Amino acid sequence: MPVLLREISTLLAKDFRLEWRQRAALGGLLLYVGSTVFVCFLSFSLRGGTPPPPAWNALLWVILLFAALNAVAKGFMQESAGQRLYYYTLVRPQAVILAKMLYNTLLLTAVALLGLFLYTVFLGNPIQDAPLFVANLLLGAVGFATTLTLVSGIAAKAGGNGATLMAILGFPLMVPMLLLLIKVSKNALDGLDRGLSQQSLLTLLALNMIVGATSYLLFPFLWRG
Amino acid sequence: MTTAAIIGSVSGIVMTVGGVWGGQRLVEQRGGGVLWKGLAVLLIVGATVAGFLSPVPALPIVNESIRNLFFHVPMWFAMIMVLLVSVWYSIRYLREPSAQLDVLAHESAKTGIVLGLLGLATGSLWARYTWGAWWTPDPRLNGAAVAMLIYGAYLVLRGSFQDEQQRARVSAIYNIFAFAAAIPLLFVLPRLSGPSLHPGQTGNPGFNQYDLDNTMRKVFYPAVIGWILFAFWVAQVSSRYVFLKLKHDDK
Repeated sequence: MPVLLREISTLLAKDFRLEWRQRAALGGLLLYVGSTVFVCFLSFSLRGGTPPPPAWNALLWVILLFAALNAVAKGFMQESAGQRLYYYTLVRPQAVILAKMLYNTLLLTAVALLGLFLYTVFLGNPIQDAPLFVANLLLGAVGFATTLTLVSGIAAKAGGNGATLMAILGFPLMVPMLLLLIKVSKNALDGLDRGLSQQSLLTLLALNMIVGATSYLLFPFLWRG
Repeated sequence: MTTAAIIGSVSGIVMTVGGVWGGQRLVEQRGGGVLWKGLAVLLIVGATVAGFLSPVPALPIVNESIRNLFFHVPMWFAMIMVLLVSVWYSIRYLREPSAQLDVLAHESAKTGIVLGLLGLATGSLWARYTWGAWWTPDPRLNGAAVAMLIYGAYLVLRGSFQDEQQRARVSAIYNIFAFAAAIPLLFVLPRLSGPSLHPGQTGNPGFNQYDLDNTMRKVFYPAVIGWILFAFWVAQVSSRYVFLKLKHDDK
């Protein structure tokens, strides 16, 4: 197995082990998703029932966006400078960023699917084209993870108010992606012809690749400090 | 794609690359430069006067207000050029770090922000008279707002560092990342998202190259060149000011 792959798998295993040992963070994330969905449920139940599809769509993406920010934010920030230096002596930076992106992708995919499950349980299921909706959700999870991973690395460098800075740096970058995601998920909700979503899906895919490639190229410079 | 479209996009790329290369030379130039600065003044003043006086074709919706083409569009062109120059400085900074390149990247980005705000203002004013609203949820307008937010975030990021080298490196990384991730999309998204009121989109008459008649071209192209030169000039002056300040602080 090439060195890079071995390094990535070691780092990935390390991240999973760390996450499992500090279950508080993971639990907090799940609780966050659960409680926001529940709050939505409570407020819509005042008007007796489920929200109209546009509101359903908007709230789902708001919940996922903030869950993603919280999930990714702790990635680089919980590591101390000493820890970073230690990794620096052991592995190459490309392995660090790729492992982190992969880990965040898996984490966000799990969060997104769980979020969707809870959401449909509490707020009803107006989706007419489920496969397209889930595929779009997964693309969204990958997109959030790739974009936010480098941003969290940048915010961690600034120290101090990392989480706020991450939101400031991350949101404008995610708006174009969100516009595409929300459009496709609206199409899936309404059960429109899949040909209408094709171009947006391809653009999303291309965007994910651009973001991944630039992160891969830029991260070594970020790490050097 | 037709051959004409391919030739058009290739020459667009060549001109952009040439513009970025030349732009760096102009921004870094010290002393002299009366010729191109004079040309910038001449072109902008000339295009402004001609922009108000020259005859324009009477088209539906944009009748007379089409004159905004001579102001609004060149500002966006100049913004993109000076931001590209800024990204190029950031790339150069990462290859061989120096305080100079950081200042140049930062000042070019700030110039880009100013031009972007001017572009937003002229567009908004135009929209008020043409569409009846200062702001509409149009893909182009959203894209412009996102671009401004990104560079706002860039300034916030710069502000949150104490260490100068750290600030220079991390903000260079964000500059490149944000440009690569978001700016190309601002050109792609309006073409994807269907109906738009913006001129040149989905059959609306306007700034589309097919609607530009020859008298308008004679004003439009000089205006574009003038504003781009002006942007490089502003970036040059503001970076020189910062260099002087650094020199003064060192003493």
